[in-house]
Amino acid sequence: MSVNYGSKRIVVGAHYGLRDWLVQRATGTLMVLFTLVVLIRVLATSGPLGYEGWAGIFAPQWMKFLTFSIIVALIWHVWVGMREIWMDYIKPVSVRLSLQVFTIVWLVGCAGWAIQVLWRL
Amino acid sequence: MTELVTPSRAKRPEFRNINAFKDLPGYRWPLAALVSGMHRISGLIMFLLLPFIIWLFDTSLTSEYSYARFTSLFSVGVAGVPGGLFKLVALGLIWAYLHHIIAGLRHLWMDVSHDAVSKEFGRRSAIVTLVLSLGLTAVLGAKLFGLY
Repeated sequence: MSVNYGSKRIVVGAHYGLRDWLVQRATGTLMVLFTLVVLIRVLATSGPLGYEGWAGIFAPQWMKFLTFSIIVALIWHVWVGMREIWMDYIKPVSVRLSLQVFTIVWLVGCAGWAIQVLWRL
Repeated sequence: MTELVTPSRAKRPEFRNINAFKDLPGYRWPLAALVSGMHRISGLIMFLLLPFIIWLFDTSLTSEYSYARFTSLFSVGVAGVPGGLFKLVALGLIWAYLHHIIAGLRHLWMDVSHDAVSKEFGRRSAIVTLVLSLGLTAVLGAKLFGLY
């Protein structure tokens, strides 16, 4: 069997960490762009923002579409980051697994809540 | 490599099992390491406060009435918790967000530019990150606390 680990690893192969690394960059970039979109829409509001202006930013269907994607990007990003923290500092497998499960519950719950807020508008 | 075998050099300490109380206080924190550590801490803070952030998103968007509750949160507070405390937490979140986003952009820059992967750039960009994130936090914090 040919050597496919170490310096000979296959870039597209699984479990080399490239996927998480790339996900972290892609989702992070998306959130930076989304921040700019929201910021521009806030700054483009004439007069004081108020409830009408603020809710008006998220009300159009295209903005809900975008915000929904960003919520998914966010929890994926946080999952990769938090798992990294647990893997670096928490060594006992039982504690680390519990924290990872807690992280997933925390994030999935938050995502559901945020999505509900979005589509109640 | 040659400097490693120079006999006049003092032996560098070697850590096999880091003790938080004995070893960490003597740790050197170059600015790039500080930015990296703060990147983790800011991310952790935002992760732990995520339900609070979404609660703010919820109350600010749900209705005219809840929006009024949202704004009064930072002036009169809610359920015995003073408004100033909410402002402090918001300030902490503003810092966490700014630091995390700027330190993240620094990483992206290092990913696309080979010239940026050097000790010197690491140090200089760490200074830029700290100046920008703390500066912007100060500006927005002053606005939050009504200084202008």
